[in-house]
Amino acid sequence: MTPALIAKDLCVSISGNPVLRNVSFALEQGKILGLVGESGSGKSMSALSVMQLLPEGARQTGELLFEDKNLTSATDSQMTKVRGKDISMVFQEPLTALNPTRTIGDQVCEGLRWHSRLSRKEAMKRTIIVLERVGLGLEYGLIDRFPHQLSGGQRQRVVIAIAIACQPKVLIADEPTTALDVTVQAQILTLLKDIVQQEQMAMLLISHDLAVVAEMADDVAIMKDGVIVERGPTCQLFDTLSHPYSKKLFDASNYVPAPRQEPVDELAPPLLQVNNVVRRYPLPRGNMFSRRQWHQAVQHVSFDLAPRQSLGLVGESGCGKSTLARTILGLTPPEGGRIQFLGKNPYTISHSDRQDLQLGIQAVFQDPYGSFDPRHTVERTVGEPLHLMRKDFSRLQRRKRVHEVLESVGLSSADANKYPHEFSGGQRQRIAIARALVTNPSLIVADEPVSALDVSIRAQILDLFADLRDRLGMAYLFISHDLSVVQAITDRVIVMNAGRIVEEGPTEEVFTRPKHPYTQVLVAAAPDLNEALHKRRRQ
Amino acid sequence: MLWFAFLRLIGLMTTLLAASLVIFVVLEVIPGDPAEVMLGLNAQADTLAALRAELGLNAPVYTRYINWVLGMLHGDFGVSYTYSVPVAELIGERVQVSLPLASGALILSTALAIPIGVYSARHHGKIIDTGIMAVAQIGIAVPNFWIAILMVYVFAIVLRILPSGGFPGWDENFFGSLQALLLPVIALALPQASILARVMRSALLDVLHEDYIRTARAKGLSNKATLWRHGVRNALIPVLTILGLQFSFLIAGTVIIENAFYLPGLGRLIFQGITQRDLIVVKSSVMLLVALTIIVTFLVDIAYAAIDPRLRRRP
Repeated sequence: MTPALIAKDLCVSISGNPVLRNVSFALEQGKILGLVGESGSGKSMSALSVMQLLPEGARQTGELLFEDKNLTSATDSQMTKVRGKDISMVFQEPLTALNPTRTIGDQVCEGLRWHSRLSRKEAMKRTIIVLERVGLGLEYGLIDRFPHQLSGGQRQRVVIAIAIACQPKVLIADEPTTALDVTVQAQILTLLKDIVQQEQMAMLLISHDLAVVAEMADDVAIMKDGVIVERGPTCQLFDTLSHPYSKKLFDASNYVPAPRQEPVDELAPPLLQVNNVVRRYPLPRGNMFSRRQWHQAVQHVSFDLAPRQSLGLVGESGCGKSTLARTILGLTPPEGGRIQFLGKNPYTISHSDRQDLQLGIQAVFQDPYGSFDPRHTVERTVGEPLHLMRKDFSRLQRRKRVHEVLESVGLSSADANKYPHEFSGGQRQRIAIARALVTNPSLIVADEPVSALDVSIRAQILDLFADLRDRLGMAYLFISHDLSVVQAITDRVIVMNAGRIVEEGPTEEVFTRPKHPYTQVLVAAAPDLNEALHKRRRQ
Repeated sequence: MLWFAFLRLIGLMTTLLAASLVIFVVLEVIPGDPAEVMLGLNAQADTLAALRAELGLNAPVYTRYINWVLGMLHGDFGVSYTYSVPVAELIGERVQVSLPLASGALILSTALAIPIGVYSARHHGKIIDTGIMAVAQIGIAVPNFWIAILMVYVFAIVLRILPSGGFPGWDENFFGSLQALLLPVIALALPQASILARVMRSALLDVLHEDYIRTARAKGLSNKATLWRHGVRNALIPVLTILGLQFSFLIAGTVIIENAFYLPGLGRLIFQGITQRDLIVVKSSVMLLVALTIIVTFLVDIAYAAIDPRLRRRP
């Protein structure tokens, strides 16, 4: 069978910088080609190039053959007849991919009416069928709703409905599930796979996640710096990886840092005690006379954290894990229950005692760039928590301490005078960790610390966390939606759902033999590279 | 949506009440006897007492306030001291000039600004865009009365096709009245249009970087269709904000423009009222203008909800 779309020696440069170099691939009907790579590898550019929606100032050479046409030389008005009708695209961020001011029905229907002469009524009928196809039947009553009234998973289904409305021959999905929770991700992936097989579409699946690609794709191509470094049928490729970069990528996605050397003394008096904590948020009032409704963010949560222990907190978005973290960090007081850190309750003690607690507990957040002031030097950013130390730190001591922690996270003291924008994402996260370390704390609360990082950098940061654990005896509260990260770095794990702890235990045990049905669903839904490959080989 | 409008309506009433209180306090309760102010320094004691009685100044403050508000609700704004006619009549007459002037300017500025802004955004970065924005910058910088004088010179004195000022009255000469308002409307609208066009352009440029614009393009929509169907409506939201904020400047502009063109409008009435210390006229006209501004803000809020469904909350 001839492929639905062939890319031949595609080269793209944006204002002189090459972003794609001699990229070639073929998309076959009913099959999925997975394109993996880290950020900046050119995988999204490949998708935009197929759609001919490259940013302004992009120059391209090479061929994109679709039904005897070369799309690279097609005009924009020729492409408007191809886009959405023959070649469609599903985007990453389902919230922003939909127009907030127009109804769902309207947005699905629009492409249909653009490409055919259907009347509004006929197009609406077809819209209902398409929405049903993506699992949003009439019973959901979404046709007249607006995007903000839908959940994240529903929105992504709508985006898929828009893409498949005209029954295209080629479907491009650019990180279609990256912004979604794991259980929703599993549903969306199943839906996409089903559509590809049923409608015999050819699909290009772009992802940074090797496990997702291994689960979905028939063939895989690995990209780096605008070049496809290695490709082949999924099983075969992963069994015989030969390019050093793909080997590195494969190892990094499975990476588990060395296990801890000294066991944790779980009988020691706990470092942190969380006792029956309750926290709720007011919902916006429907009108000024109705009673206030409350969102129960954290409901009667209790756990202990031993010194030097690494505790994981997993759960999907909205389960209350970030609220809990804020409460533990002393940022939002609990409405019920008690927090005790180093044996003291941060919400009831005197100001000076509270500062001692603040020295002992520090935080690392998901987006390191967003949590730095871009106009402060690294020295100022990292040294900032030191103002908590009442024993006056002289400038020299302060500088010395900053240099010390920078070196301890794998940066050099020369980096102290630079600004955040001069660093890569991984280095910035190292700076964030240095800032947390500077007060010599006994506990670091890390909220999604590696979620924004590429896998190879993620492996390095996990190593750093493990190293600090062994070297400094650091205790961690690791908050993440990513089970594999939590599995790699924690001793114990807590699973939260809808504000409550549903399961708690040693990490290995919880993940291999989950007891609570929710944990079982979560573990089953999490994509796992080895398992996916294993399943594929058996088929 | 109806519920949203109802809530806003309650807000509108409250604001109006608060505004009336502020105006009342500023003009009546603050030290200085209105009667004394009206009659000047050399007033006779008995004339003063008579005027006090006539104005009802002997009653307690809260009674005077309630009477004033109740009177306004019945359409009774008191009697002008200088003109000796009911203020309601006076205002009614003047509104016939000011209302067409202000609304004409509002409509004209919006009608100019939106297409210009869209056009400029479409040709973003090209010479035509830079040119339009330079002109708009001049439009913002130049005061409206100067534009008024310039236009009077060109159209009334050099070309002699439009009157330089004055107002014949709608009943006397309908067409002549339209002609008389043409230049004032343009003078009032141009600075507004310049600001709005700039806002429209930048709002649209922002919107065009949104992900849903890319989705629309991926559906196959042409650049132009994407712009009109998905861009403009979303870009109107910030434009509406500015429009609402600018309305009070528009009202202030009418005072200047009516003076420049010698139009017997509300703005001139206030101006004369202030110079002649006719506080009854000033109080009522200011209240009227404040009410107008508050009502426009209310309409802007309703328009927001019409454009942006996220603001319509279900009860």
